[in-house]
Amino acid sequence: MSLLDVQGLKVHFPITTGLLRRVTGHVRAVDGVSFAIEPGETLSLVGESGCGKTTTGRAILRVVDPTGGSITYRRPDDTTVDLATLDHAALRPYRRDIRMIFQDPHASLNPRLTVLDIIGQSLQVNNVARGQELEDRVALLLRKVGLRPEYLRRYPHAFSGGERQRIGIARALALNPRLIVADEAVSALDVSVQAQTLNLLQDLQEEFHLTYLFIAHDLSVVEHISDRVAVMYAGRIVELSPTAELFAAPRHPYTEALLSAVPVADPRMRGKRARIRLQGEVADPANLPSGCAFHPRCRYADATCRAVTPTLEAISSARATACHHAKILALRGITSPGETP
Amino acid sequence: MSEALLRIEDLRTHFFTDEGVVKSVDGVDLVVEPGRTLAVLGESGCGKSMTARSILKIVDRPGRIVSGRMLWAREDGGVVDLAALPPTGPVIRAIRGREIAMIFQEPMTSLGPIDTIGDQITETILLHHSISKQEATERAIAMLGRVGIPDPAARMAAYPFQLSGGMRQRAMIALALSCSPRLLIADEPTTALDVTTQANILDLMRELQSEYGMAMLFITHDLGVVAEIADTVAVMYLGKVVEQGSVDSIFHAPRHPYTQALLRSIPKLGTGGQQRLAAIKGGIPHPLNRPPGCAFAPRCDQAIAGRCGSVAPDLHSLDAGSVRCHLYAA
Repeated sequence: MSLLDVQGLKVHFPITTGLLRRVTGHVRAVDGVSFAIEPGETLSLVGESGCGKTTTGRAILRVVDPTGGSITYRRPDDTTVDLATLDHAALRPYRRDIRMIFQDPHASLNPRLTVLDIIGQSLQVNNVARGQELEDRVALLLRKVGLRPEYLRRYPHAFSGGERQRIGIARALALNPRLIVADEAVSALDVSVQAQTLNLLQDLQEEFHLTYLFIAHDLSVVEHISDRVAVMYAGRIVELSPTAELFAAPRHPYTEALLSAVPVADPRMRGKRARIRLQGEVADPANLPSGCAFHPRCRYADATCRAVTPTLEAISSARATACHHAKILALRGITSPGETP
Repeated sequence: MSEALLRIEDLRTHFFTDEGVVKSVDGVDLVVEPGRTLAVLGESGCGKSMTARSILKIVDRPGRIVSGRMLWAREDGGVVDLAALPPTGPVIRAIRGREIAMIFQEPMTSLGPIDTIGDQITETILLHHSISKQEATERAIAMLGRVGIPDPAARMAAYPFQLSGGMRQRAMIALALSCSPRLLIADEPTTALDVTTQANILDLMRELQSEYGMAMLFITHDLGVVAEIADTVAVMYLGKVVEQGSVDSIFHAPRHPYTQALLRSIPKLGTGGQQRLAAIKGGIPHPLNRPPGCAFAPRCDQAIAGRCGSVAPDLHSLDAGSVRCHLYAA
């Protein structure tokens, strides 16, 4: 049974003009996204800038309000609740269960608070602990993320980027959450620090049985950390699949193009991979193309694609894709190093 | 080794701040050969961008080139030491933009916001060539077309903010290449771009390089990008080049423990994933708090006790490369 079941999620932002702020159109940032997250798994949302992956994450946390669809959350006692329609007071208990890790460890920590305050705040607000008990809990959390508890009274500026991201992770963990939305959690980190942070996230997942919604653009990181991957384009999921199958044999032309564009850290592979060059620009969510939003850039597109919008349909028990030609296309995935392509 | 287009010897660029001296570039030796691509690979604070800015003498205060030589082979066959030139003098101004051009991560830092793309490119061409405005305009349109900007004549009138990120990057490349430089310095030119746009820009840069025969100094932190574009690679750590060699030897026979560790720590596409990554312990030290001896010693799993933490390693030449590490001392 899913921990979170998102159905037909929409986030449309109005475009207003003139003094009277007349609404003249909508930016369809998220336009009918459906997926479910199982307890203990890592589901990644990938896509390029403007595809709606971050807005999807923010809508689940209700940082932005959805304009349509449902977000069904399963409580520990197995009853369910639709987070999309709750008002802010009713949302409060779930804010403890679903937490977020941000991309920029420099911008997401208040420079005027000590580590104790940053991590302890949520414990205080929720009346979980105070005084000495609060300090002990925060010290324990610091140890969990690999920081020395002596650093309790230091300010964020005294830490490096990787250490700050650990503070952000400790803050997310403070209230024993069940689901963590990690929005580009490692993309601002240096290569040598990124690996530590990915390992830490995996260790914590095992220890606390956490569920991750991992939002990222780096496909190597996504392949490493996720159980399943949802590829987004122009506000919709175009392919949803277990990780290994997605990378080995994509079923949507956009996934194929995305995989072919990733630079591989092996100079001997140079020129051996056929790269698909996408023409034109990413679809504008304020002015989406007719039919399939990807059709102007797709090398397999035909008249059907230009006219009819494809829906996300199951192609096997675990995989779904939104492409009219998914059944007949033979698309290329990533060949592992050493294999001849 | 063939003739060098640019030979950097023992370059040191230091920043004199109130808290102390930050040795951003601390004894760097590099050789750029004509028509080839040298990638400078490193993480934040390693001095890769400052090395590039030192070449063009655009280091901001309180930074200063304190020593070293940068021998640039000019078109007429003469050699000039860029390090000795005054940063605002006529010689460096004739070289900057004309012989050596630079592109940046964020195109808005090199494109002015208040002039059209066309004005900026024609102005650059007119600055370095004695041709008519008409000819300069034609050349600018041709250049915009060459970098893949659709309808270039109309785009001449566009302001940078009217273009998408990828198009802006193309406009910046057109601006940089408008005077056919012999060396293009590219500082993380694809880092801010989406992966499909990045692939197109890398393809474009490779094409333009073979077409114009220019050399490239490509600065990046991305091992994948290095593998795609470099002929030779210099790996930097805290102001020093720790290893230099051909792109194949860096990826398939890395010598320095830092290079080896970096390659082990990245998730590799197509390997299935989920296994633990071999992380490098610790973090990059603060530049004001540089470890004694070899700067990588506190994070190195092959460090020799009593030596690496106290004695700075020398540069050891190995076949077609070099490494700065005590493990390779004869």
